[in-house]
Amino acid sequence: MGGAVIEILISASFWAAVLRIASPLIFATMGELICERAGVLNLGIEGIMVIGAFAGWMAVYLGLPLWGGVAVAFGAGALFGLLHGVLVVPFGLSQHVVGLGVTLLATATAYFAYRLALPEVTTPPKITPFQAWEVPVLSDIPLLGPALFAQTPLTYAAFACAGVVAFVLYRTPLGLALRAAGENPAALEAQGVSVSGIRIGAVMVGSGLMAVGGSFLTLSAFSSFFFEMVNGRGWICIALVVFGAWRPGKAVLGALLFAGFDALQIRLQQTPLGAVVPYQLFLMLPYVLSILALIAMSRRAQVPAALMVPYTKGER
Amino acid sequence: MRLEPVANPTLLRQLGLPALALCATVLVAMALALLAGADPFAVLGQILTGALGSRLAVLETLNRATPLIFTGLAVAVAFRAKLWNIGAEAQLYAGAIIAVLLGTGAMGAPFVLPVSAVVALLAGAMLLLVPVLLKVRLGVDEVVTTLLLNFIMALFVSYLLEGPLKDPMGMGWPKSPALIPEARLPRIVDGLRLHWGFALALIAAGIVWLIQTRTTLGFEMRAVGANIRAARFAGMPVNAVLVKTALLSGGLAALAGWSEVAGAKGHLSLDLSPGFGYTGIIVAMLALLHPLGVVVTALFVAGVFVGADAMSRAAGVPTYIADMLLAVALLFMVLAIALTRVRVVRG
Amino acid sequence: MSETALGAEVVLRLDQITKRFGRLVANDAISLTLHRGEVLALLGENGAGKTTLMNILFGHYMADTGSVTAFGQPLPPGQPKAALAAGIGMVHQHFTLADQLTVLENITLGTESLWSLGRGRAAAREKVQSLSRDFGLAVDPRARVSDLSVGERQRVEILKALYRDARILILDEPTAVLTPQEAEALFQTLRLATARGLSVIFISHKLHEVMGHSDSCVVLRHGRVVGQVATRDTDRRALAAMMVGAEMADSAVAPGVAGPVRLSLRGIRAGALRDVSLDLRGGTITGLAGVSGNGQAALADLIGGALLPEAGVMQVDGAPVLQWSPRAAIGAGVGRIPEDRHKTGTVADFTLAENAVLETYATRFSRAGLVDWAAVRAHTERLIAAYDVRCPGPEARIRLLSGGNMQKLILGRVMEETPGILIANQPVRGLDVGAIAYVHGRLVAARDAGAAVLLISEDLDEVMGLSDVIHVISEGRLSPAFARGALTQGELGLWMVGHGFGEGAAHAA
Repeated sequence: MGGAVIEILISASFWAAVLRIASPLIFATMGELICERAGVLNLGIEGIMVIGAFAGWMAVYLGLPLWGGVAVAFGAGALFGLLHGVLVVPFGLSQHVVGLGVTLLATATAYFAYRLALPEVTTPPKITPFQAWEVPVLSDIPLLGPALFAQTPLTYAAFACAGVVAFVLYRTPLGLALRAAGENPAALEAQGVSVSGIRIGAVMVGSGLMAVGGSFLTLSAFSSFFFEMVNGRGWICIALVVFGAWRPGKAVLGALLFAGFDALQIRLQQTPLGAVVPYQLFLMLPYVLSILALIAMSRRAQVPAALMVPYTKGER
Repeated sequence: MRLEPVANPTLLRQLGLPALALCATVLVAMALALLAGADPFAVLGQILTGALGSRLAVLETLNRATPLIFTGLAVAVAFRAKLWNIGAEAQLYAGAIIAVLLGTGAMGAPFVLPVSAVVALLAGAMLLLVPVLLKVRLGVDEVVTTLLLNFIMALFVSYLLEGPLKDPMGMGWPKSPALIPEARLPRIVDGLRLHWGFALALIAAGIVWLIQTRTTLGFEMRAVGANIRAARFAGMPVNAVLVKTALLSGGLAALAGWSEVAGAKGHLSLDLSPGFGYTGIIVAMLALLHPLGVVVTALFVAGVFVGADAMSRAAGVPTYIADMLLAVALLFMVLAIALTRVRVVRG
Repeated sequence: MSETALGAEVVLRLDQITKRFGRLVANDAISLTLHRGEVLALLGENGAGKTTLMNILFGHYMADTGSVTAFGQPLPPGQPKAALAAGIGMVHQHFTLADQLTVLENITLGTESLWSLGRGRAAAREKVQSLSRDFGLAVDPRARVSDLSVGERQRVEILKALYRDARILILDEPTAVLTPQEAEALFQTLRLATARGLSVIFISHKLHEVMGHSDSCVVLRHGRVVGQVATRDTDRRALAAMMVGAEMADSAVAPGVAGPVRLSLRGIRAGALRDVSLDLRGGTITGLAGVSGNGQAALADLIGGALLPEAGVMQVDGAPVLQWSPRAAIGAGVGRIPEDRHKTGTVADFTLAENAVLETYATRFSRAGLVDWAAVRAHTERLIAAYDVRCPGPEARIRLLSGGNMQKLILGRVMEETPGILIANQPVRGLDVGAIAYVHGRLVAARDAGAAVLLISEDLDEVMGLSDVIHVISEGRLSPAFARGALTQGELGLWMVGHGFGEGAAHAA
C-alpha cells in the first residue's frame, strides 16, 4: 500500500493531474474570495460554475475561438453576479437565500438552454478543447517539466489569476477599498467611496471568475457539456476560502492539496486497494476532506468582519 | 436612489407585492415559452391542466407534494432559527435507508411502520446533529457542511445499492429489494393512488405550527432566529435550542425519504429524490417559513413540476422550465417581501 | 484660547437646514456660520439634533430644505465625497476605522483613484509622519488599528481628515471616550490646527469643555438653534439654561436607607476585570463612574450572568454562586437593563407582548411547555399602563417604538419581577429629557423599595446626582467606595484616569 502511494507520488502524470484538477478550483476559489473579502457570501457559486461551463462550451460550439468561449463564460457569470449583487447589496436580502436561488436559477438556465439548443442529442457533441502547451526549455526538465509545464493555457491562467488577485488585493487602492468594504463598510463610505459600488463590482468580477472555473471543465478538461458535471465543486471552493483563511496564497495551496488527494484517490482505485475498498469511499474523500479542513480552520481563521452584514448608508 | 424604511406597510403593500411577484413569474414563463418557439398561452394552459386537469393529475400533484411538505417543513423550522440546513437531501436519504433496513423483513406487522418511522426520524436528526454540534462548539459554518454531506450521502447510498442493500433480483440495477407489504404505507382511499404519507405530512405541518406558536421551545426558536444576542441575554439556552431545532428539522426531512420509500416507491433507488431536499428550500421560502403555508406552496411547487412534465411532453419545451420558474419565483418573492418593508426613493 | 476670529472670512455657512424623520423634526431651520481659525462648539442635550445636523453637513443625510456653503461654494447635498473634496473632515463619535487594516491603510483608503496602481507606501507614510509631528498626533502608521487604544484611534481619525488636506474639522462628541488627559491632548491638537488656519466644530454636551476650549457656541434644543454666543460673553449657568430651557434645578435625590449586602464580589477576575471587590447593598444606588471601555461591560455581564468569573468569589444574599448564567442570575433576583436596548434588550421583530416575557416566558407564563398567551397579553397590558409605554398595543412590533418607550417596556419587564439587585447599564443613553427623568425616578423608587441598584454611566453628572455610593472603574480595576459628596468631580476624574489605584489604598470591604 505504502509502496503504491510512493509510486504514484513520484510520477509526473500525477502532478500534472494535480495542477489540472486544481485549475477550476483556483479560478472559482479566487472568485469566491473576492466576493467574501468585499463582505458578500456568494452561494451562487455552484450554479455560476454550471452556467460558465455551459456558456463557454456553447460559444465555442457555435464557432467562437476558445478564448472567446472563456470571455463568454466570464460575461455570463458576471451577469448572474450582478443579479446576486443587486439583490443582496442595496436591498440587503439574505445572502444565503439569494445565493441558493441564484444557484438554482443558473443551473436550471444552463440545462434549459442546453436542451433548447440540442433537443434530440443522445451523445453530447464535442468541441476541440485547449491543447497542452509545453513551455519551451522548462518542459524539458525531467519529472518537473512534464508535471508542471505541459499544461493547457487555462491552467497557467489560473495561477496567473491567483497572482493578480493577490496583487490587486494587497498592493492597489482598489484592493484596499475592497478589503475595507468587507471589514468596515462605514469606514469606506466615510472616505467617499461607494460601498455598494465596490461590493457589486466585486461580486460581478468574482462570479465571472467562478464561471471561468466552470468553463475549464468544458474547454480544457473535457470537450462536452454534461449535466451534473460541476458536482459540488462550487461548495468545495467555499470550504477552500475558509481553509485559506481568506488569503489568495493559502487558498491556492488548499486547492492544490485538495486536488492532490483527488488525483491520489483516482489512482488508488486502480491499485489492489481499489479491489477491496468500494470506489464510493474514494469518491467521498474530497468532500470529507473539505469538512475536515473547515473543522481544522474553525478556530484560527480571521473572518472578514463585515461578511454577510448588509450596509445601509447613514446607519451605524 | 436609496432605500427608506416603511414603518407601517399597508395591507395592499403586504399582499400586492407578493402577488406582483407571482405575476412576474408567469410573465417569465411566457417569455421562456416564446423563446422555445411555443405558444405562451398554450404552454401555461398545458401546465395548468397537466397539474390539475384530471383526477389522475391531481393525485400525481398530491403525491409529488408529499415529500416537499416534509422537506419544506424541515427547512422552514431550521431557517426560522437561522440554522441554515441545506442538507435536507441527505437527511431524506437517511430516512429512506431506514425504511429499507427495517421494511424488508427485519420486522413484521404491526410494529414495522411506526418503528421504522421513529427510527427514520432519529436517523435524520442524528445526521443534522453533527453539523450543528460543529457549528455550536467550533463555529464551523453549517451551510457548507450540510451541503457537502449531501454528496457524501449520495455516494453512501450508491455504495449500499451496489453492495449490502442490492436487490439480488434487480438484474444488476442499483436498487434495493422491495419492502414487504406490511411495511408499506396503505392508500388513504382504496383505489385512489394516494398514500397515507400525504396525510402524515399534513399532520406534521399542524404539529410544527403548534410547536412554533404555542410552546416555549417554539418561542425560543423564533427568538434565537430573530436576535440571537437578545435571546442569549434573556437567558435562553441558545445552543440547546439550536440542537433541538436541528433534531426536529433533520427528522422531518428524513420522513420525506421514509414516506417516499414506504408509500410511493416501495424500494430505494438512486433516483428516489429529484432534489426534493433542495426544492424544500424554495417551498419554505415561498411560504415565508410558515408551516401551514408550506403545505400550500408545496402543492404549488409540485403542481408546477407535474404540469411542466406534462407540458414538456406535449409542447416540447424543456421540462427544466419548471426549475427556472421556481428559482425566479423564489428571487422575486424575497425581493417582494423586502420591498414591503422598504421603498426606493430618489436621492 | 486664540482671539475670536470674528473678523476672519466665513468658511462654512449652514442656511435654514430642516430635516424630518417621519413626524419628528430633527433639525428645524438651523443656520450657523463658521469663521477661519475659529473653534465653534455645538452644544445640546441628547436628541437635540446635533448629530443629524453634522450628518447632513457631511452628506450622510439629505436635508429636506436648506443649503450648505463651504468656502463660498454651495455643497451638493447627500455626497460625502463632495464634502471631503471641499475640505471638510469629520471625526465620528463611533470611529469609522477598519480594525484589521493598518493605520496607514485606513488613512489612505479612498484617497487615490481606485483604478490607479497607487503611488507607493513610502510617500504616504512620509506625509502621515510629518502630519503627526505638526499636529501632535503620535501614532505608528504601520500598527494595526485593532492594536490601538481608543485615544490613538481618534488620532487616526483626525489624521485621516488632515491627510486629505481638510480645512474644516468636525468632531462629534470627541471626548466621550477619552480620559481627561487624552482630552487635554486633543484640545492641544485643535489649538495647533486653528493656529494653522483650520476651523473646528466640536459637538459636546459637557459645559466645561465648551467654556474652556471654544471661541463661540451654538446651542440646540429640540432641533432648533436657541442661541449663538461668543464664549467669553457667557457662562456655564447661562449655557445650561439655554440647553435645557430653564435654570437647572439641582435635583436633589434624597439619600437611601442602606440595607444588607445583596451581592458581594471578592477578588474577581473575569474578562477585563482585575481583582475586583464590590458590595451592593439593598436600599442603595451604587454608581459606577468611568470612561467607557474600562471594564463596565464585563462587570455588567458578570453580575448579569453572561460572563463567568475566572477567579474570586461572588455571593448573592450571602450564598456563594456556583452555577451562573443569565437564567441563574434572573432566578437569583438580578434585574438587568442592558446597555444596548436594540441589540440585546429586545427582539425588534417580536411584539411588545413577546418582548415583555423574553425572560419570564418559561417560569411564569407557561405550563408543561405551553405558553399561556392570554396571561402574557394581560401582563403586557398591565405593563403598558403602569409604565406609560406609548404604543398601539401589546401586539405591535417593538421596532415601531421610540427609544424612550422601548426603555420603559424593558424597565417594566425588569421591575415587575421586583429584583433584589438591579443592574442599570447606561439606562438613559439616547433618551429625551422627559424619559430620562422617568427612568431616574424609577431607579430611585426601586432603591426605596429595597433593591440594590448598580448604576453604570459615562455621565459623571448622572452618577453623582443619583448615587449613594460611588466607585470608579479604570482599566478593569475598581476604586474604593466613596460616599455621596465625598469627592469632587475633579477628584473622581483623577481616579478615572487611574490615579490612586495601587497606592496602598485599602479597598472598602
